[in-house]
Amino acid sequence: MNALGAAALTAALLTSIYTVIAALIGAKKRDQRWVDSARRGYYAMFGLLLVAVIALESAFLRSDFSLELVAGNSSTTTPTLYKFTAMWGSQAGSLLLWAFVLSIAGSAALFITRNNLRELAPWATAVMAGVATFFLGLMIAGTIFPSAETWPFAALAAGQVPLEGAGLNPLLRHPAMAIHPPMLYSGYVFFTVPFAFAIAALITRRVDASWIRSTRRFALIAWLFLSIGLALGARWSYSELGWGGYWAWDPVENAALMPWLTGTAFIHSIMVQERRGMLKTWNVSLIVLTFALSLLGTFLVRSGILQSIHAFGESKVGPPLLALIATVLIGSTLLIISRLDSLRSERRIDSLLSRESMFLLNNLLFVGLAVIVFWGTFFPLISEAFTGQESSLAAPWYNRYTTPVGIGLLFLAGVGPLVAWRRISLPGLRKAFAIPLSSALGAAALVVLFADGLSEPLALVLFVAGAFTLTAVGQELWRGTMARRALSGGSVPTAFAALITRNRRRYGGYIVHIGIALLLIGVAASSSFQTSRDVRLKPGESATVGDYTVSYLRPTSAVDSVEQKLAFGGVLDVRRDGEQVALLSPSREYFASSVADPAAPLRGFFEGEATSEVGRTEGVTRDIWTAMQPDLTSFDPVIDSGDKLFARLANQLDPSDPAAAQFLAAEQGKAIRGLADRYLNRTPPAEIRFNVNPFVIWIWLGGIVGMLGALFALWPGAEARSRRISDVYAARLARELSQT
Amino acid sequence: MSVAKKRQLRLVAALTAAVLLAVALIYTSFSSANDALEPTELLAANPSGTYDVTGKVAPGSEQKGQPLRFEITDRDGGGQSLPVVYEGLVPDPFREGREVIITGSLNQAGVLVGEKDSLITKCPSKFVEEHGEQENVIVEDG
Repeated sequence: MNALGAAALTAALLTSIYTVIAALIGAKKRDQRWVDSARRGYYAMFGLLLVAVIALESAFLRSDFSLELVAGNSSTTTPTLYKFTAMWGSQAGSLLLWAFVLSIAGSAALFITRNNLRELAPWATAVMAGVATFFLGLMIAGTIFPSAETWPFAALAAGQVPLEGAGLNPLLRHPAMAIHPPMLYSGYVFFTVPFAFAIAALITRRVDASWIRSTRRFALIAWLFLSIGLALGARWSYSELGWGGYWAWDPVENAALMPWLTGTAFIHSIMVQERRGMLKTWNVSLIVLTFALSLLGTFLVRSGILQSIHAFGESKVGPPLLALIATVLIGSTLLIISRLDSLRSERRIDSLLSRESMFLLNNLLFVGLAVIVFWGTFFPLISEAFTGQESSLAAPWYNRYTTPVGIGLLFLAGVGPLVAWRRISLPGLRKAFAIPLSSALGAAALVVLFADGLSEPLALVLFVAGAFTLTAVGQELWRGTMARRALSGGSVPTAFAALITRNRRRYGGYIVHIGIALLLIGVAASSSFQTSRDVRLKPGESATVGDYTVSYLRPTSAVDSVEQKLAFGGVLDVRRDGEQVALLSPSREYFASSVADPAAPLRGFFEGEATSEVGRTEGVTRDIWTAMQPDLTSFDPVIDSGDKLFARLANQLDPSDPAAAQFLAAEQGKAIRGLADRYLNRTPPAEIRFNVNPFVIWIWLGGIVGMLGALFALWPGAEARSRRISDVYAARLARELSQT
Repeated sequence: MSVAKKRQLRLVAALTAAVLLAVALIYTSFSSANDALEPTELLAANPSGTYDVTGKVAPGSEQKGQPLRFEITDRDGGGQSLPVVYEGLVPDPFREGREVIITGSLNQAGVLVGEKDSLITKCPSKFVEEHGEQENVIVEDG
């Protein structure tokens, strides 16, 4: 099975090289047979990579530790779901995933465009297969340079195959973490499709909107994947890390945010090209930038050049990735410059108050935001280059710039839908803005009166922008529904459904705007009005935090022999005005170290990984969030004397005797249970972090609404289906005509 | 105003805004950034001010509790060790031998006083421990 996978992967590289060559010949000679052959070559590469992925996954599921990758990232005690996801827990596995997703995205794009874009398709095939060749080449190079750790099927020598694998870090054993990396990767990879077609459009000088129409869905899919990846990462951080935050401006987070920002700009600005034939240079530049930033995201994670919480050791794939990014940027720039004459706009902007100027402004803000994030992320390198001293920027610096720009974008999310293409008349302006503006003023008054809004002016402005945008989008939906109803009658819900399904792209977009408004309101409220305190409590003690009283009712402990973990926690009673609002059970879990000193089996539990299990309740207006860390100093003497006892016992027994090993394991289990009992009877004090986070739930709800909106916009509607059918018909007609 | 003039004016306004933003970014980033140092560099300079100190938690130096006390050495595990006192949240992966980043300033006794909640521990992706040493490698996550 492993040999099959290795063979399939090698064959995939050969196929992708063939695809590049065939596509280039087809493009040069304008020979459709070569082009068709290249497309089939691309499909074949997908098939081969599918075999390779299945082979590697089966090795993980079988816990075949003869593969270095499996031994290093999985174990027999790892739950099945995480065995499956452990594949992308390693560099080689994630490279394979990159190539595999690229083969899916590219095959889908080539399949969809098989009957049209005759001139563009061969070039786009060459670009996509070229990128695939790069990643496949990186993996194959790992067979020559094993220390680069890029070859997924690297086998351990017969004598070195371990009986048990290293396992997956318990911190990462979370459903969100299992799918967060492939989501981000898919986001990065799907941007390759519009990039490839943009390059093809530039080469062939076919820079009208046809490349956009055929690939914009891929940009939207990429955007959706990136959004899901970012949201899952934030959610994991909030619910799993004993920190209570969801965003930290960490370089690796920023690396995923930057292509999201420029990708969002792209999704908006292509509409201007489709409708009005403007912004052509801007659009090709944006997609080049977005693709380069996607590669940069992959690079940052792997290169180790920036200090990040995400510690990935320095890896050898950094330099080749950097070379690819440089090639993409330089090559595309030269190509764009040489095609500037073809990229000229067909029209000019008529008025500053038009939808196209709103899109342009939105684009400037998104790109500006990306520049800010880029500068902050790379500041350590920039400062080292200029002053010789590496220095870094923290969250307050980012917030100072991103908050005003974010507020501006939030306003635009409401203004854009209100303003017509070309220009809006003064009466039209009044009619469109009256209700949203009054709603914004009303929101301002409410926040000032009830939530001490003046103490947080930026948050106040953001709430106002949010209210404006929600009302503006709501008003557009309502007016559209009423107009639809006047036309065709029926009830309000049927008219609404008819309205939004007739123009999925527009109304899906509006739903995304609603989601983003909710999300940003949640961010502003939770970051400006959070209550947080650290208290040290023993069972029976209480503390007051803001309006809340927290009491440590009783300790809890648990032993899990399957996952080899020990949990110490407590039950906290949270009251407000004497009334119970929550009963929470935060705890701390200690995982036995996989390579613990066999002479200290008890200490090993506390020197392996430990994770906080957060205790929290989620509510519409606020989350109560607690994490606890028992102070185990008083346990140290007991652990030490227990370990000494074990050392003495082990000395008396023959280590090669399986019965003795079994006996020792059983004794260790008893001792661990003894510690759990001790925790209940002689409970040490615990450090408890108590947070009241207002409106956090709106971040997740807003995110879900936004993603549903994007999904709605993506779904092929009746209109797209009919267009496809007429495309097929036109192609058949052309074929028949050429044959006669 | 003619159309051409209007366009010119718009271009100038946009460029001015971009330049202003760039200047603000550059200016504020140099003034609000914390220098990132390793313990040996910090002790050699013995400076005042706030720094981001990166290093490894020295084995056997951790004294649990609040405030938490430990020492950090350079990232390669060598160099001088710097005593640290820190109050606030201790990240889950914090452990002796791991790489941490902490923001703080030196007090007169030469102890680094960490800012509240500034301690960051690099999250190890997999726990491969070889020869008792933590090898912090490759985990995919972003």
